[in-house]
Amino acid sequence: MDIFKKISNIDRRLIYTALGLVVLIPILFKMVLPTRVSEPVQTAYDYIQNLPEGSVVMFSVDYDASSEPEIQPMLLSMLRHCFTKKHKVIMMGQWALGLPLGELAMAAVAPQFDAKYGTDYVNLGYRPGQRAQMVGLGREFRDFFKVDYRNTPVDDLPLMKGVHNYNNIDLLVGLEAGNSGDEWIQFAGARYGLKIIIGATGVIAPDMFHYMQAKQIQGLIGGLQGAAEYEVLVKKPGTGVAGMVAQSWAHLLLLGFILLGNLGYFVAKRRKN
Amino acid sequence: MKKSIPLAITLITGVIIVVTFFIPHQPLGSMQQRLLIWYSIVLGFTLLLGIDSLLRSNITKIVRRQQNWGYAIVLLAGFIFTMVAGIYTFFTTNSLLTLGSSFMFVYTYFIIPLQATMFALLAFFIASSAYRAFRARTLEATLLLVTAAIVMLGRVPVGARIWSQFPVIQDWIMEIPQMAAKRGIFIGIALGTIAMSLRVILGLERNYLS
Repeated sequence: MDIFKKISNIDRRLIYTALGLVVLIPILFKMVLPTRVSEPVQTAYDYIQNLPEGSVVMFSVDYDASSEPEIQPMLLSMLRHCFTKKHKVIMMGQWALGLPLGELAMAAVAPQFDAKYGTDYVNLGYRPGQRAQMVGLGREFRDFFKVDYRNTPVDDLPLMKGVHNYNNIDLLVGLEAGNSGDEWIQFAGARYGLKIIIGATGVIAPDMFHYMQAKQIQGLIGGLQGAAEYEVLVKKPGTGVAGMVAQSWAHLLLLGFILLGNLGYFVAKRRKN
Repeated sequence: MKKSIPLAITLITGVIIVVTFFIPHQPLGSMQQRLLIWYSIVLGFTLLLGIDSLLRSNITKIVRRQQNWGYAIVLLAGFIFTMVAGIYTFFTTNSLLTLGSSFMFVYTYFIIPLQATMFALLAFFIASSAYRAFRARTLEATLLLVTAAIVMLGRVPVGARIWSQFPVIQDWIMEIPQMAAKRGIFIGIALGTIAMSLRVILGLERNYLS
Protein backbone atom coordinates (compact mmCIF):
# COMPACT_ATOMS: atom_id res chain seq x y z
CA MET A 1 0.00 0.00 0.00
CA ASP A 2 1.23 3.53 -0.83
CA ILE A 3 2.98 5.14 2.19
CA PHE A 4 0.80 8.24 2.00
CA LYS A 5 -2.35 6.14 1.98
CA LYS A 6 -1.02 4.30 5.01
CA ILE A 7 -0.34 7.46 7.01
CA SER A 8 -3.80 8.85 6.23
CA ASN A 9 -5.34 5.61 7.56
CA ILE A 10 -3.30 4.70 10.63
CA ASP A 11 -4.79 1.85 12.64
CA ARG A 12 -6.50 3.28 15.73
CA ARG A 13 -4.84 0.64 17.93
CA LEU A 14 -1.48 2.22 17.08
CA ILE A 15 -2.86 5.64 18.06
CA TYR A 16 -4.22 4.26 21.35
CA THR A 17 -0.91 2.52 22.16
CA ALA A 18 1.17 5.59 21.36
CA LEU A 19 -1.12 7.81 23.44
CA GLY A 20 -1.00 5.40 26.35
CA LEU A 21 2.80 5.34 26.28
CA VAL A 22 3.32 9.12 26.05
CA VAL A 23 0.98 9.59 29.03
CA LEU A 24 2.42 6.74 31.11
CA ILE A 25 6.17 7.28 30.66
CA PRO A 26 6.42 10.89 31.95
CA ILE A 27 4.33 9.97 35.00
CA LEU A 28 6.39 6.86 35.74
CA PHE A 29 9.67 8.74 35.43
CA LYS A 30 8.31 11.78 37.35
CA MET A 31 9.28 14.24 34.61
CA VAL A 32 8.61 17.92 35.27
CA LEU A 33 8.40 20.96 33.01
CA PRO A 34 8.37 24.60 34.19
CA THR A 35 4.83 25.97 34.30
CA ARG A 36 3.99 29.52 33.27
CA VAL A 37 1.24 31.16 35.33
CA SER A 38 -1.55 32.77 33.30
CA GLU A 39 -3.36 35.95 34.23
CA PRO A 40 -6.77 34.44 35.23
CA VAL A 41 -5.09 32.04 37.66
CA GLN A 42 -2.79 34.76 39.04
CA THR A 43 -5.86 36.96 39.56
CA ALA A 44 -7.60 34.17 41.50
CA TYR A 45 -4.54 33.59 43.65
CA ASP A 46 -4.09 37.32 44.34
CA TYR A 47 -7.73 37.67 45.39
CA ILE A 48 -7.45 34.97 48.04
CA GLN A 49 -4.02 36.26 49.06
CA ASN A 50 -5.38 39.78 49.62
CA LEU A 51 -8.43 38.73 51.65
CA PRO A 52 -8.09 39.77 55.31
CA GLU A 53 -6.98 36.96 57.62
CA GLY A 54 -9.92 34.99 58.94
CA SER A 55 -12.15 35.65 55.92
CA VAL A 56 -14.87 33.09 55.26
CA VAL A 57 -14.37 31.19 52.01
CA MET A 58 -17.07 28.81 50.82
CA PHE A 59 -16.15 25.94 48.51
CA SER A 60 -18.81 24.39 46.31
CA VAL A 61 -17.69 20.93 45.20
CA ASP A 62 -19.60 20.57 41.92
CA TYR A 63 -17.73 17.72 40.29
CA ASP A 64 -17.37 14.00 40.68
CA ALA A 65 -14.72 11.35 40.15
CA SER A 66 -14.75 11.78 36.35
CA SER A 67 -13.24 15.25 36.76
CA GLU A 68 -11.22 14.39 39.87
CA PRO A 69 -7.82 14.34 38.09
CA GLU A 70 -8.37 17.91 36.85
CA ILE A 71 -10.15 19.60 39.73
CA GLN A 72 -8.98 17.77 42.86
CA PRO A 73 -5.45 19.29 42.55
CA MET A 74 -7.13 22.73 42.39
CA LEU A 75 -9.12 22.00 45.54
CA LEU A 76 -6.06 20.75 47.42
CA SER A 77 -4.00 23.80 46.43
CA MET A 78 -6.73 26.28 47.26
CA LEU A 79 -7.41 24.67 50.63
CA ARG A 80 -3.69 24.90 51.40
CA HIS A 81 -3.75 28.55 50.38
CA CYS A 82 -6.80 29.29 52.54
CA PHE A 83 -5.42 27.54 55.60
CA THR A 84 -2.03 29.25 55.16
CA LYS A 85 -3.85 32.59 55.24
CA LYS A 86 -5.92 31.37 58.22
CA HIS A 87 -9.16 31.80 56.31
CA LYS A 88 -12.24 29.91 57.50
CA VAL A 89 -13.54 27.31 55.07
CA ILE A 90 -17.13 26.18 54.54
CA MET A 91 -17.57 23.26 52.17
CA MET A 92 -20.77 22.25 50.44
CA GLY A 93 -21.74 21.09 46.96
CA GLN A 94 -24.37 20.71 44.28
CA TRP A 95 -23.15 17.27 43.19
CA ALA A 96 -23.90 14.50 45.67
CA LEU A 97 -21.01 12.40 44.35
CA GLY A 98 -18.58 15.29 44.79
CA LEU A 99 -18.81 15.72 48.55
CA PRO A 100 -16.76 12.60 49.37
CA LEU A 101 -13.97 14.06 47.23
CA GLY A 102 -14.24 17.30 49.15
CA GLU A 103 -14.05 15.41 52.43
CA LEU A 104 -11.02 13.43 51.23
CA ALA A 105 -9.28 16.70 50.29
CA MET A 106 -10.13 18.26 53.63
CA ALA A 107 -8.85 15.21 55.50
CA ALA A 108 -5.57 15.41 53.56
CA VAL A 109 -4.95 19.15 54.01
CA ALA A 110 -6.52 20.28 57.29
CA PRO A 111 -4.23 18.28 59.63
CA GLN A 112 -1.16 19.84 57.96
CA PHE A 113 -2.28 23.25 59.25
CA ASP A 114 -3.77 22.10 62.59
CA ALA A 115 -7.15 23.24 61.34
CA LYS A 116 -9.98 22.22 63.70
CA TYR A 117 -13.36 21.06 62.49
CA GLY A 118 -16.12 23.40 63.53
CA THR A 119 -13.77 26.30 64.22
CA ASP A 120 -11.56 26.54 61.13
CA TYR A 121 -13.59 24.54 58.65
CA VAL A 122 -16.99 22.99 58.25
CA ASN A 123 -18.54 20.59 55.75
CA LEU A 124 -22.24 21.26 55.33
CA GLY A 125 -22.77 18.36 52.94
CA TYR A 126 -25.22 18.09 50.08
CA ARG A 127 -28.84 19.18 49.81
CA PRO A 128 -31.00 18.98 46.69
CA GLY A 129 -32.24 22.26 45.28
CA GLN A 130 -29.52 23.59 42.98
CA ARG A 131 -30.78 27.03 41.88
CA ALA A 132 -33.46 27.24 44.53
CA GLN A 133 -30.82 26.59 47.16
CA MET A 134 -28.42 29.13 45.62
CA VAL A 135 -31.10 31.83 45.86
CA GLY A 136 -32.33 30.68 49.26
CA LEU A 137 -28.84 30.72 50.82
CA GLY A 138 -28.80 34.44 50.13
CA ARG A 139 -31.43 34.86 52.83
CA GLU A 140 -30.58 32.19 55.42
CA PHE A 141 -28.27 29.19 55.40
CA ARG A 142 -30.24 27.41 58.08
CA ASP A 143 -33.31 27.13 55.85
CA PHE A 144 -31.36 24.56 53.82
CA PHE A 145 -28.59 23.40 56.17
CA LYS A 146 -29.91 22.84 59.68
CA VAL A 147 -27.18 20.26 60.30
CA ASP A 148 -23.76 19.61 58.79
CA TYR A 149 -22.72 16.35 57.13
CA ARG A 150 -22.12 14.79 60.57
CA ASN A 151 -25.67 15.71 61.62
CA THR A 152 -24.29 18.27 64.07
CA PRO A 153 -26.64 21.26 64.37
CA VAL A 154 -25.13 24.16 62.52
CA ASP A 155 -25.70 26.45 65.49
CA ASP A 156 -23.36 24.26 67.54
CA LEU A 157 -20.46 24.99 65.19
CA PRO A 158 -18.43 28.07 66.23
CA LEU A 159 -17.58 28.97 62.63
CA MET A 160 -21.25 29.05 61.61
CA LYS A 161 -22.37 31.28 64.48
CA GLY A 162 -21.83 34.43 62.48
CA VAL A 163 -22.73 32.97 59.09
CA HIS A 164 -26.34 33.36 58.03
CA ASN A 165 -26.26 34.32 54.36
CA TYR A 166 -23.98 35.55 51.58
CA ASN A 167 -23.34 38.80 53.45
CA ASN A 168 -21.22 36.71 55.82
CA ILE A 169 -19.31 34.91 53.02
CA ASP A 170 -16.27 36.75 51.66
CA LEU A 171 -15.68 34.48 48.69
CA LEU A 172 -17.24 31.52 46.94
CA VAL A 173 -14.96 29.10 45.12
CA GLY A 174 -16.99 27.07 42.66
CA LEU A 175 -15.23 23.94 41.43
CA GLU A 176 -17.19 23.04 38.35
CA ALA A 177 -17.56 20.16 35.95
CA GLY A 178 -21.00 21.17 34.71
CA ASN A 179 -23.24 24.22 34.54
CA SER A 180 -23.43 24.94 38.27
CA GLY A 181 -20.81 27.64 37.78
CA ASP A 182 -23.12 29.61 35.49
CA GLU A 183 -25.88 29.28 38.08
CA TRP A 184 -23.69 30.41 40.96
CA ILE A 185 -22.73 33.50 38.94
CA GLN A 186 -26.30 34.21 37.83
CA PHE A 187 -28.08 33.59 41.13
CA ALA A 188 -25.52 34.22 43.87
CA GLY A 189 -23.18 36.60 42.07
CA ALA A 190 -25.62 38.77 40.12
CA ARG A 191 -28.46 38.67 42.69
CA TYR A 192 -26.47 39.02 45.92
CA GLY A 193 -23.12 40.42 44.77
CA LEU A 194 -21.21 37.40 46.09
CA LYS A 195 -17.58 37.35 44.98
CA ILE A 196 -16.81 34.18 43.04
CA ILE A 197 -13.74 32.35 41.77
CA ILE A 198 -14.36 29.50 39.35
CA GLY A 199 -12.19 26.41 39.00
CA ALA A 200 -13.43 24.44 36.02
CA THR A 201 -12.51 21.51 33.81
CA GLY A 202 -10.75 22.23 30.51
CA VAL A 203 -14.07 21.68 28.72
CA ILE A 204 -16.05 24.16 30.86
CA ALA A 205 -13.34 26.82 31.34
CA PRO A 206 -13.78 28.49 27.90
CA ASP A 207 -17.44 29.14 28.85
CA MET A 208 -16.27 31.21 31.81
CA PHE A 209 -14.03 33.73 30.03
CA HIS A 210 -16.85 36.17 29.33
CA TYR A 211 -17.67 36.27 33.04
CA MET A 212 -14.00 37.00 33.71
CA GLN A 213 -13.96 39.79 31.13
CA ALA A 214 -17.14 41.33 32.60
CA LYS A 215 -15.59 41.06 36.10
CA GLN A 216 -18.43 38.87 37.28
CA ILE A 217 -15.85 36.45 38.65
CA GLN A 218 -12.63 37.29 40.46
CA GLY A 219 -10.51 34.58 38.90
CA LEU A 220 -10.62 31.51 36.69
CA ILE A 221 -8.63 28.31 37.03
CA GLY A 222 -9.07 26.18 33.93
CA GLY A 223 -8.28 22.51 33.54
CA LEU A 224 -5.19 20.60 34.56
CA GLN A 225 -3.06 23.51 33.34
CA GLY A 226 -4.81 25.85 35.77
CA ALA A 227 -4.42 23.35 38.59
CA ALA A 228 -0.68 23.08 37.84
CA GLU A 229 -0.36 26.87 37.81
CA TYR A 230 -2.06 27.16 41.20
CA GLU A 231 0.18 24.44 42.63
CA VAL A 232 3.20 26.47 41.46
CA LEU A 233 1.80 29.61 43.09
CA VAL A 234 1.25 27.90 46.47
CA LYS A 235 4.69 26.29 46.08
CA LYS A 236 3.41 22.75 46.54
CA PRO A 237 3.65 20.89 43.20
CA GLY A 238 1.41 17.84 43.04
CA THR A 239 -0.52 15.80 40.50
CA GLY A 240 -1.33 18.94 38.50
CA VAL A 241 2.30 19.70 37.71
CA ALA A 242 3.04 15.99 37.27
CA GLY A 243 0.21 15.65 34.77
CA MET A 244 1.31 18.58 32.61
CA VAL A 245 4.28 16.75 31.12
CA ALA A 246 2.03 13.87 30.13
CA GLN A 247 -0.50 16.32 28.70
CA SER A 248 2.28 18.14 26.80
CA TRP A 249 3.49 14.98 25.12
CA ALA A 250 -0.08 13.86 24.43
CA HIS A 251 -0.84 17.16 22.68
CA LEU A 252 2.35 16.91 20.62
CA LEU A 253 1.49 13.33 19.66
CA LEU A 254 -2.02 14.33 18.67
CA LEU A 255 -0.72 17.20 16.53
CA GLY A 256 1.79 14.85 14.95
CA PHE A 257 -0.93 12.39 13.99
CA ILE A 258 -3.13 15.22 12.65
CA LEU A 259 -0.24 16.52 10.52
CA LEU A 260 0.46 13.04 9.18
CA GLY A 261 -3.21 12.56 8.38
CA ASN A 262 -3.35 15.86 6.49
CA LEU A 263 -0.11 15.11 4.64
CA GLY A 264 -1.49 11.79 3.45
CA TYR A 265 -4.81 13.40 2.55
CA PHE A 266 -3.27 16.19 0.46
CA VAL A 267 -0.84 13.93 -1.39
CA ALA A 268 -3.65 11.50 -2.19
CA LYS A 269 -5.86 14.38 -3.33
CA ARG A 270 -3.09 15.76 -5.55
CA ARG A 271 -2.51 12.39 -7.16
CA LYS A 272 -6.19 11.95 -7.78
CA ASN A 273 -6.35 15.36 -9.52
CA MET B 1 -60.24 20.55 35.09
CA LYS B 2 -57.51 17.94 34.65
CA LYS B 3 -55.38 20.43 32.76
CA SER B 4 -56.75 23.70 34.17
CA ILE B 5 -55.56 23.15 37.75
CA PRO B 6 -51.92 22.32 36.89
CA LEU B 7 -51.86 25.26 34.47
CA ALA B 8 -53.23 27.56 37.17
CA ILE B 9 -50.66 26.31 39.70
CA THR B 10 -47.87 26.87 37.16
CA LEU B 11 -49.09 30.39 36.40
CA ILE B 12 -49.49 31.46 40.03
CA THR B 13 -46.21 29.98 41.31
CA GLY B 14 -44.28 31.14 38.23
CA VAL B 15 -45.48 34.73 38.60
CA ILE B 16 -44.81 34.71 42.35
CA ILE B 17 -41.26 33.39 41.90
CA VAL B 18 -40.45 35.95 39.20
CA VAL B 19 -41.93 38.88 41.15
CA THR B 20 -40.32 37.89 44.47
CA PHE B 21 -36.93 37.54 42.76
CA PHE B 22 -37.00 41.27 42.07
CA ILE B 23 -38.87 42.41 45.20
CA PRO B 24 -37.17 40.89 48.27
CA HIS B 25 -39.13 42.89 50.83
CA GLN B 26 -41.69 41.35 53.15
CA PRO B 27 -44.01 39.54 52.80
CA LEU B 28 -42.76 38.54 49.35
CA GLY B 29 -39.29 37.68 50.63
CA SER B 30 -40.58 35.11 53.11
CA MET B 31 -42.97 33.75 50.50
CA GLN B 32 -40.12 33.24 48.06
CA GLN B 33 -37.98 31.53 50.68
CA ARG B 34 -40.85 29.16 51.55
CA LEU B 35 -41.38 28.27 47.89
CA LEU B 36 -37.65 27.68 47.39
CA ILE B 37 -37.58 25.29 50.36
CA TRP B 38 -40.59 23.42 48.98
CA TYR B 39 -38.88 23.16 45.60
CA SER B 40 -35.78 21.66 47.23
CA ILE B 41 -37.89 19.10 49.07
CA VAL B 42 -39.76 18.10 45.90
CA LEU B 43 -36.43 17.82 44.07
CA GLY B 44 -35.24 15.39 46.74
CA PHE B 45 -38.26 13.18 46.05
CA THR B 46 -37.46 13.10 42.34
CA LEU B 47 -34.42 11.06 43.36
CA LEU B 48 -36.82 8.35 44.48
CA LEU B 49 -38.56 8.55 41.12
CA GLY B 50 -35.21 8.08 39.40
CA ILE B 51 -34.39 5.05 41.53
CA ASP B 52 -37.80 3.55 40.82
CA SER B 53 -37.36 4.04 37.08
CA LEU B 54 -33.87 2.55 37.13
CA LEU B 55 -34.86 -0.50 39.14
CA ARG B 56 -38.05 -1.10 37.22
CA SER B 57 -36.38 -1.04 33.79
CA ASN B 58 -33.51 -3.29 34.86
CA ILE B 59 -35.68 -5.80 36.69
CA THR B 60 -37.92 -6.00 33.61
CA LYS B 61 -34.83 -6.63 31.51
CA ILE B 62 -33.77 -9.51 33.75
CA VAL B 63 -37.21 -11.07 34.02
CA ARG B 64 -37.79 -10.96 30.27
CA ARG B 65 -34.19 -11.97 29.45
CA GLN B 66 -33.84 -9.02 27.10
CA GLN B 67 -30.58 -8.19 25.31
CA ASN B 68 -27.64 -7.58 27.71
CA TRP B 69 -29.72 -8.66 30.73
CA GLY B 70 -26.49 -9.82 32.38
CA TYR B 71 -25.37 -6.20 32.73
CA ALA B 72 -28.69 -5.42 34.43
CA ILE B 73 -27.79 -7.99 37.11
CA VAL B 74 -24.42 -6.28 37.60
CA LEU B 75 -26.16 -2.92 37.91
CA LEU B 76 -28.65 -4.21 40.47
CA ALA B 77 -25.91 -5.94 42.44
CA GLY B 78 -23.88 -2.73 42.51
CA PHE B 79 -26.94 -0.73 43.53
CA ILE B 80 -27.80 -3.07 46.40
CA PHE B 81 -24.17 -3.34 47.51
CA THR B 82 -23.71 0.45 47.62
CA MET B 83 -27.09 1.01 49.30
CA VAL B 84 -26.33 -1.54 52.02
CA ALA B 85 -22.88 0.00 52.57
CA GLY B 86 -24.43 3.47 52.77
CA ILE B 87 -27.22 2.50 55.16
CA TYR B 88 -24.80 0.58 57.40
CA THR B 89 -22.37 3.53 57.44
CA PHE B 90 -25.11 6.06 58.18
CA PHE B 91 -26.55 4.14 61.11
CA THR B 92 -23.18 3.27 62.65
CA THR B 93 -21.40 6.62 62.16
CA ASN B 94 -24.26 9.10 61.62
CA SER B 95 -22.72 10.26 58.33
CA LEU B 96 -21.94 8.84 54.92
CA LEU B 97 -18.66 10.73 54.61
CA THR B 98 -16.91 9.17 57.61
CA LEU B 99 -13.42 8.23 56.50
CA GLY B 100 -12.68 4.51 56.78
CA SER B 101 -16.38 3.59 56.66
CA SER B 102 -17.77 0.97 54.29
CA PHE B 103 -19.46 3.58 52.12
CA MET B 104 -16.25 5.56 51.70
CA PHE B 105 -14.47 2.28 50.92
CA VAL B 106 -16.95 1.63 48.10
CA TYR B 107 -16.61 5.23 46.94
CA THR B 108 -12.79 5.35 47.05
CA TYR B 109 -12.04 1.92 45.58
CA PHE B 110 -14.97 1.39 43.23
CA ILE B 111 -16.65 4.64 42.20
CA ILE B 112 -13.57 6.85 41.83
CA PRO B 113 -11.53 4.37 39.69
CA LEU B 114 -14.54 3.37 37.58
CA GLN B 115 -15.72 6.93 36.90
CA ALA B 116 -12.20 8.20 36.25
CA THR B 117 -11.51 5.30 33.87
CA MET B 118 -14.70 5.86 31.91
CA PHE B 119 -13.82 9.51 31.45
CA ALA B 120 -10.18 8.74 30.64
CA LEU B 121 -11.27 6.45 27.80
CA LEU B 122 -12.61 9.54 26.07
CA ALA B 123 -9.05 10.75 25.54
CA PHE B 124 -8.32 7.78 23.28
CA PHE B 125 -11.51 8.22 21.29
CA ILE B 126 -10.81 11.94 20.93
CA ALA B 127 -7.28 11.24 19.71
CA SER B 128 -8.51 8.80 17.07
CA SER B 129 -11.43 11.04 16.03
CA ALA B 130 -9.24 14.15 15.85
CA TYR B 131 -6.75 12.32 13.64
CA ARG B 132 -9.53 11.31 11.25
CA ALA B 133 -11.69 14.43 11.38
CA PHE B 134 -9.15 17.26 11.46
CA ARG B 135 -8.50 17.41 7.72
CA ALA B 136 -7.99 20.81 6.07
CA ARG B 137 -10.61 20.20 3.39
CA THR B 138 -11.98 23.76 3.35
CA LEU B 139 -10.85 27.23 4.47
CA GLU B 140 -13.02 27.00 7.62
CA ALA B 141 -11.64 23.55 8.46
CA THR B 142 -8.09 24.88 8.00
CA LEU B 143 -8.78 27.85 10.30
CA LEU B 144 -10.20 25.49 12.90
CA LEU B 145 -7.21 23.20 12.59
CA VAL B 146 -4.64 26.00 12.93
CA THR B 147 -6.50 27.56 15.88
CA ALA B 148 -6.81 24.20 17.63
CA ALA B 149 -3.11 23.53 17.11
CA ILE B 150 -2.14 26.92 18.58
CA VAL B 151 -4.43 26.46 21.59
CA MET B 152 -3.22 22.90 22.18
CA LEU B 153 0.40 24.04 22.13
CA GLY B 154 -0.27 27.19 24.13
CA ARG B 155 -2.03 25.30 26.94
CA VAL B 156 0.93 23.04 27.75
CA PRO B 157 4.44 23.91 29.03
CA VAL B 158 6.16 22.32 26.02
CA GLY B 159 4.46 24.85 23.75
CA ALA B 160 6.29 27.71 25.46
CA ARG B 161 9.53 25.80 24.95
CA ILE B 162 8.91 25.45 21.22
CA TRP B 163 8.01 29.11 20.75
CA SER B 164 7.53 31.62 23.57
CA GLN B 165 4.63 33.30 21.78
CA PHE B 166 2.35 30.22 21.70
CA PRO B 167 0.95 30.88 25.20
CA VAL B 168 0.49 34.58 24.41
CA ILE B 169 -1.42 33.87 21.19
CA GLN B 170 -3.41 31.15 22.97
CA ASP B 171 -4.40 33.61 25.70
CA TRP B 172 -5.52 36.12 23.08
CA ILE B 173 -7.60 33.51 21.23
CA MET B 174 -9.34 32.41 24.46
CA GLU B 175 -9.88 35.94 25.82
CA ILE B 176 -10.98 37.75 22.67
CA PRO B 177 -12.52 35.87 19.70
CA GLN B 178 -13.51 32.74 21.64
CA MET B 179 -14.99 34.79 24.45
CA ALA B 180 -16.91 37.00 22.01
CA ALA B 181 -18.42 34.01 20.21
CA LYS B 182 -19.34 32.29 23.48
CA ARG B 183 -20.95 35.47 24.80
CA GLY B 184 -23.13 35.68 21.70
CA ILE B 185 -24.14 32.04 22.11
CA PHE B 186 -24.95 32.50 25.79
CA ILE B 187 -27.05 35.61 25.14
CA GLY B 188 -28.98 33.59 22.58
CA ILE B 189 -29.45 30.73 25.04
CA ALA B 190 -30.57 33.16 27.75
CA LEU B 191 -33.14 34.80 25.46
CA GLY B 192 -34.41 31.39 24.41
CA THR B 193 -34.67 30.30 28.04
CA ILE B 194 -36.66 33.43 28.92
CA ALA B 195 -39.01 32.86 25.98
CA MET B 196 -39.55 29.20 26.86
CA SER B 197 -40.06 29.99 30.54
CA LEU B 198 -42.70 32.59 29.69
CA ARG B 199 -44.44 30.09 27.45
CA VAL B 200 -44.52 27.51 30.27
CA ILE B 201 -45.72 30.03 32.87
CA LEU B 202 -48.44 31.37 30.58
CA GLY B 203 -49.61 27.88 29.68
CA LEU B 204 -48.66 28.06 26.02
CA GLU B 205 -46.20 25.19 26.41
CA ARG B 206 -47.94 22.16 27.89
CA ASN B 207 -45.61 19.24 27.15
CA TYR B 208 -44.95 18.71 30.86
CA LEU B 209 -48.64 17.86 31.44
CA SER B 210 -48.69 14.68 29.36
